[in-house]
Amino acid sequence: MTNEKARTDEVRAALDRVTDPELDESVIELGFVTGIDIAGDDVAVTFRLPTYWCAANFSYLMASDMRDAVAGLPWVRRVSVVLDEHMFVEAINDGVAKSQDFAEAFPTEANADLAGIRLNFGLKSFERRQEALLRHLLALGHEPAAILKLDAGGLERINLNAEGISLRRRYLERRPLAQGSALAFVTRNGEKIMDETLNIYLRNIRRVGLNAEFNGALCRGLLAARYGDAPSVLPAEPELIDFMRMGVAQ
Amino acid sequence: MYKAKNGEEIFIVDGHVHNWDASPENIRNIHGKQFIDCFYGYHSALSPPEQVWPPEKFAKYGPDQMVKDLFEDGPDDIAIFQPTYLKDFYKTGFNTLEQNNVLKQKYPDRFILNGAFDPRDGEGGLEALEAQAETYKLKGVKLYTAEWKGDSRGYKLSDPAAYKYLEKAEKLGIKNIHVHKGPTIIPLDRDAFDVADIDHCATDFPNLNFIVEHCGLPRLDDFCWIAVQEANVYGGLAVVLPFIHSRPGYFAKVISELLFWLGEDRILFGSDYGIWTPQWLVDRFMNFELPEDVMKETGKELTLDIKKKILGGNAARLYGVDVEAHKKKHWHAAQHREPAMAK
Repeated sequence: MTNEKARTDEVRAALDRVTDPELDESVIELGFVTGIDIAGDDVAVTFRLPTYWCAANFSYLMASDMRDAVAGLPWVRRVSVVLDEHMFVEAINDGVAKSQDFAEAFPTEANADLAGIRLNFGLKSFERRQEALLRHLLALGHEPAAILKLDAGGLERINLNAEGISLRRRYLERRPLAQGSALAFVTRNGEKIMDETLNIYLRNIRRVGLNAEFNGALCRGLLAARYGDAPSVLPAEPELIDFMRMGVAQ
Repeated sequence: MYKAKNGEEIFIVDGHVHNWDASPENIRNIHGKQFIDCFYGYHSALSPPEQVWPPEKFAKYGPDQMVKDLFEDGPDDIAIFQPTYLKDFYKTGFNTLEQNNVLKQKYPDRFILNGAFDPRDGEGGLEALEAQAETYKLKGVKLYTAEWKGDSRGYKLSDPAAYKYLEKAEKLGIKNIHVHKGPTIIPLDRDAFDVADIDHCATDFPNLNFIVEHCGLPRLDDFCWIAVQEANVYGGLAVVLPFIHSRPGYFAKVISELLFWLGEDRILFGSDYGIWTPQWLVDRFMNFELPEDVMKETGKELTLDIKKKILGGNAARLYGVDVEAHKKKHWHAAQHREPAMAK
């Protein structure tokens, strides 16, 4: 029998793996989750967003991902995920409660489900995490030609410190999205990356991570302006993005 | 005019200003209230504390305050009005061309009036655009592709209906198409911030300039990618520039990235007044220097000449402003007197 404190920690850990698809950061770290209430085997999660206008499709993705993440814990019987103050708060809360997909929740406004958005932002996250890992490996002195020849197993065998292990884990989570060959590092289209042009390639994908971080800073500012010091499950720490390494934050 | 530390006087074109009415009397519904609250969130999140206004003032500051903030206390030589109708949220509209024209009549040299169109208005809208262009001698328009209209969930600028309007605009001499990629109001399943449509129309209308406001934020990465390929795509700095106060490190990286992808001739200053005021923005920008490591990463500098282009030169070129004539008429002898005298 797990006690309530341990169960709350489990729920928080499950939610910590849910990301805002656009910012590629955890909904816990962003300060979106405001409450975890556990009654027996039932879990109620409440969350908030930086504005009333935050895109409903992205909001829906996050809410349903949170529901699924918590429902995946073995002891959980029922989950509710409730969004606070949003233009479409009722439709989102209702649809998520009934486990509907987006098109069912918004029958007249949505033409298709959100798979396209999920894939597009998954690939952006792939590029961002890949850039962080590649720069980390290059800084350790690994030769471009050698890294780019690795398959996933080879990448796993490289000896890394805690930061490197985290970067690698996060990258490999997204690697399947790009498909392609067995190589560990490919472009978003699954193509081989040439070692002669690696610097140009990194230069090109750099804008993806920068955009995500800039948006993250904006969303945190708007969240604080909207809610002030309202409690969240974990206070947002803007400088502690766990895979950031380039000193972008002040 | 802004006087730089070296004594040089700099011509300022503020590419993005509003004079809105979000007072309780004008708010139609909860959306109108939430809309101005969201603007206020941007204002209070990104302004230096001493620049934050009380919400009541922010809701409706009025023309005199605006003239003071832009031209008397602020450094603007010319400001470009970008209308935002939002008649579903505000009884008389949020800030319309007609309202903006009142100030234009009073200070004809100080304001440029931009219009607006919506491709979903069909033939009637084309005629209205023609009349608008004639009345106000329009050189630019501001478009909101994600705007809610009846059953529509927004449009793409590459839609055939939008092309009819762009063809018309070109014929009417409206060369500058400002595009705001706004939040999805109706819950679309596609990404309403997507800037891909600009890629198509920039290719198909090489004689028009497409100024993507907020540099495509929150899709700055995609925006940079299309802008590098299309010589007639520009980035408006509203929302990006205020980071110079709260997150100068991010600002340095983003401006450096924009210089890398767009170049110094395709970035335009805009305060987005009344969300932010030009005085502190221009002052911070003029005193801003790129850190060494950022310059090394992109190989781009932010020199005084480049700052001058961003703050005024580029917009003056797009709008055909005769800078020398303006300086002669309004600087020194007559400096800042026009607004004061006309009151």
